[in-house]
Amino acid sequence: MDNLSSLSYFVPELFLSAAILVVIVLDLLLKKEQKIWTGIVSAAVLVISVFLIFQQYTMPASEIFRGMLVLDSMAAFIKLIAAVSSLIIILFSLPYFDDKSEYYVLILITTLGMFLMGAVNDILMIIIAMELVGLMSYVLTGFTKRNIKSNEASLKYILYAATSTGVMAFGFSYLYGLTGETNLIKIQQALMTNPPHQVAYFITLILILAGIGYKVAMVPFHFWLPDVYEGAPTTITAFFSIGPKAAGMAVLIRFFTTVVAHGSSQAAAFLQNLQVNTPQLLAVLAVLTMTFGNVVALRQTNIKRLMAYSSIAHAGYMLMAMVVFSPQGYKAVLFYLVVYMFMNFGAFWVIITISQKLGSEEIDAFRGLGYRSPYAAVAMAVFLFSLTGLPPLAGFIGKFYLFAAVVQGGWYVLAVLGVLNSVISLYYYAYIVKQMFLRTVEEQTPVPINLYEGVVLTMLLVPTLLFGVYWSPLLRITEISFNLLY
Amino acid sequence: MGLISLVTFIPVFGAIIVLLIPKQNEKAIKIASAVITFIPFVIASYMWGQFNFTLSGVNNEATFQFVEHTKWIQAYNIEYFVGLDGLSFPMFWLTTFICFLAIVASWNINKAVKGYFALFLLLETGMLGVFVSLDFFLFYIFWEVMLLPMYFLIGIWGGPRREYAAIKFFLYTLLGSVLMLIVMLALYFNVKDPITGGHTFNMLYMMDQSNHSAWLKGVDVRLVLYIMLFIGFAIKIPVFPFHTWLPDAHVEAPTAISVILAGILLKMGTYGIFRISYPIFPDVAVKTSYMLAILGVINILYGAFVAMAQKDLKKLVAYSSVSHMGFVLLGMSTFTDAGMNGAMFQMVSHGMITAMLFLLVGVIYDRAHHREIEGFGGLAISMPIYAGVASVAFFAAMGLPGMTGFIAEAMVFIGSFSVYRTLTVIAALGIVITASYVLWTVQRVFLGKLNPKYATIPEINGRELFTLVPLGALVILFGIYPMPILNLMRTSMTHLTELIKMVP
Repeated sequence: MDNLSSLSYFVPELFLSAAILVVIVLDLLLKKEQKIWTGIVSAAVLVISVFLIFQQYTMPASEIFRGMLVLDSMAAFIKLIAAVSSLIIILFSLPYFDDKSEYYVLILITTLGMFLMGAVNDILMIIIAMELVGLMSYVLTGFTKRNIKSNEASLKYILYAATSTGVMAFGFSYLYGLTGETNLIKIQQALMTNPPHQVAYFITLILILAGIGYKVAMVPFHFWLPDVYEGAPTTITAFFSIGPKAAGMAVLIRFFTTVVAHGSSQAAAFLQNLQVNTPQLLAVLAVLTMTFGNVVALRQTNIKRLMAYSSIAHAGYMLMAMVVFSPQGYKAVLFYLVVYMFMNFGAFWVIITISQKLGSEEIDAFRGLGYRSPYAAVAMAVFLFSLTGLPPLAGFIGKFYLFAAVVQGGWYVLAVLGVLNSVISLYYYAYIVKQMFLRTVEEQTPVPINLYEGVVLTMLLVPTLLFGVYWSPLLRITEISFNLLY
Repeated sequence: MGLISLVTFIPVFGAIIVLLIPKQNEKAIKIASAVITFIPFVIASYMWGQFNFTLSGVNNEATFQFVEHTKWIQAYNIEYFVGLDGLSFPMFWLTTFICFLAIVASWNINKAVKGYFALFLLLETGMLGVFVSLDFFLFYIFWEVMLLPMYFLIGIWGGPRREYAAIKFFLYTLLGSVLMLIVMLALYFNVKDPITGGHTFNMLYMMDQSNHSAWLKGVDVRLVLYIMLFIGFAIKIPVFPFHTWLPDAHVEAPTAISVILAGILLKMGTYGIFRISYPIFPDVAVKTSYMLAILGVINILYGAFVAMAQKDLKKLVAYSSVSHMGFVLLGMSTFTDAGMNGAMFQMVSHGMITAMLFLLVGVIYDRAHHREIEGFGGLAISMPIYAGVASVAFFAAMGLPGMTGFIAEAMVFIGSFSVYRTLTVIAALGIVITASYVLWTVQRVFLGKLNPKYATIPEINGRELFTLVPLGALVILFGIYPMPILNLMRTSMTHLTELIKMVP
């Protein structure tokens, strides 16, 4: 589709771009104490874009901008997750960043980048979209200028990101060399009609996997993550744990369904032709990722670092479901992303509000919280047990579908290793719960949460509980969200 | 809404009611909880009256009773499918009964009262749900729902080492259940729904071997799945060597929770084997039955010997549970009518006896604030009524004729003697050891010279008697005339035995 007629398929992105400019101008017009309005306007913009994205669900799947991007239901789904997660983050940030308009602008630009990541269809576009998200992320990480840890994290992030983007770009150059195309679908056709040299193709895969793997925090490309999570403002840490990760997963899925294996029945034959055992490779990486995340999380004392390692582990669970290279696996990942968004944001919201009041991010500071702030503590327990994957909470259903896909694919050993990881993760999630409820407390002064905090908390708590008991609607959305163009 | 749903979900709605009562009004919370747990007991007792003893259940939906069967999650063919038969009804009724008594026994809880009773009620729903579920997914949800309240009930209201005990219990049982999750998924994808041809979680379809896929017919596959499932159940029972969570959890848990743990939770393991492992994998069950019998005998002897060595009264009772659950294992490994019914009867009998024992330990602990067996002596002089009730429970645990323990153990031995002669003879030693530790304990605690420290110890009070007397009466009543319980289970047990025997 040519550029001009593509524009009508590009409404949410256009709207968001215009809104970003509006917010920047607004920043100049408002006085310092009024700047919170930039945040409120940004939130409104995201609400509107959610509606615009819903419109796109009805559109026929098509390539836009001469094949640079696609618009299919998965793109719409990822945009939805990106918009909603950014919206929640803005709600998180309003009480803490009430005079920093640029903060909201940066979040909106990141959102635009994530929209593009969900829709990429060209290796050049992959680099552009990922860098758009990346650049904003470095700035957001270092947003608290005077905080040494924040600065260090930002620098580390840039160094890692630059390296892995370089590696990925190098891989893409191989891919272009092997096929002569940059469009993912054409690359796939070229690979199928003209099987590439095995070793060259294997190296290409590894290089590209390193680049995308860094984005989703796949072991061994995860080293940046704990420091960034600890150093960044907590709201941004929460943001990184969902939005960019979901977008990264989307790129991974696009890459897998085109370059590595076709989404349809040809998959098996295609994989066989190549003789590169991508599933086994990915299975090993997935197990390493979740095991590493869980085992290292056991020994953390800082709650943000703990959540950082836990998010590595969750990336591992999602990678596990991709090993089967089946639509069920990808759908399970999409389903999990939604569930993970609610429960992980919930946990982060409690951390944000409570650690602010306690003046500490150490897990020990949460001691006795169950008696000092019962609602927040009970909600936190729900989120943590949901992250563990215990019924009747949403996290269990999410994990259930991940494991179902793996078992259906016949990867029993992988499934067993996955569930054993759930058991390990229980220990550190329950450790926080233990601090909150089981410890006898000397300090009994209440830690009140205000109305706004309570409302946001409830907004995240309700889906976490509800999707654990009745998740058919969510299932239906993910079912229709995997109609890929090809 | 049918009777089963009513009984199962009244507690969880009750939990919401309890949460709405103001925190200060502890009395109202306790009374409300007692009323809420009493209603399911009344309904379950009414259901006993309505129960048709001639219907077998097990693998035929038509012969299940009080069935409710509706869709839950259409896309994955997950159903809300509950029903009762002779395997589940005794445990179902016992759960409602013991939960009510345990609430009454929780009267002296004074820390975070609201949380305790709300969690307790949630726990009851979980337990009842396990016994009524006929859809594997539903079963699994209920099975796991129990873990959370249990963790908090042990961890917040427990003894000095409660944190360790709570997390140990949680990790062990979660390990077991995630293995069950894998088996559940493997079955789901390899069992075909005979009506729609799709996948199914329906346990009854899983029991029909003709619905199994070619993969699921593989000998090694079945063995591995059976073992994974067995580990899940074995941790709950607990079978040696998976038992190490039990002494910690039992000792640290508050009295009422120990009662629930020993009285009901342990039986879920053996119930799961009856309900799921045996009918779905009968061939493997027959092949591995000798191993199960050996594990049973190890449990009997190991539990009894370790119980004898205990200094702490509660730990002694905890290990006696290990020993008594061994009889269930031995009985169920025989596939004879007597053995299978004996095993099931032992589940009910031990549920009542061990509940009594834990309640009795609680009574003395509330007064003396310790549980050292050697620290007492001559209590029969200062607390004659208590000593009387306690001797009923201890003698029942010992297997004295005229009480349920004797009937159960005798039936198990009758069944097993014809199948495993040597093992039965060895297991019979367990009776002797049990008698010795029970009698020795009774002697050290109640007989002999009165310890002057406890000369003025207050006698057991009315509320405590209220929890103990019904149990004691039933233990004696069913010990003399066991037919009401046996009638409940016999048809189903016979059918299950036939089902297993049919396997080539």
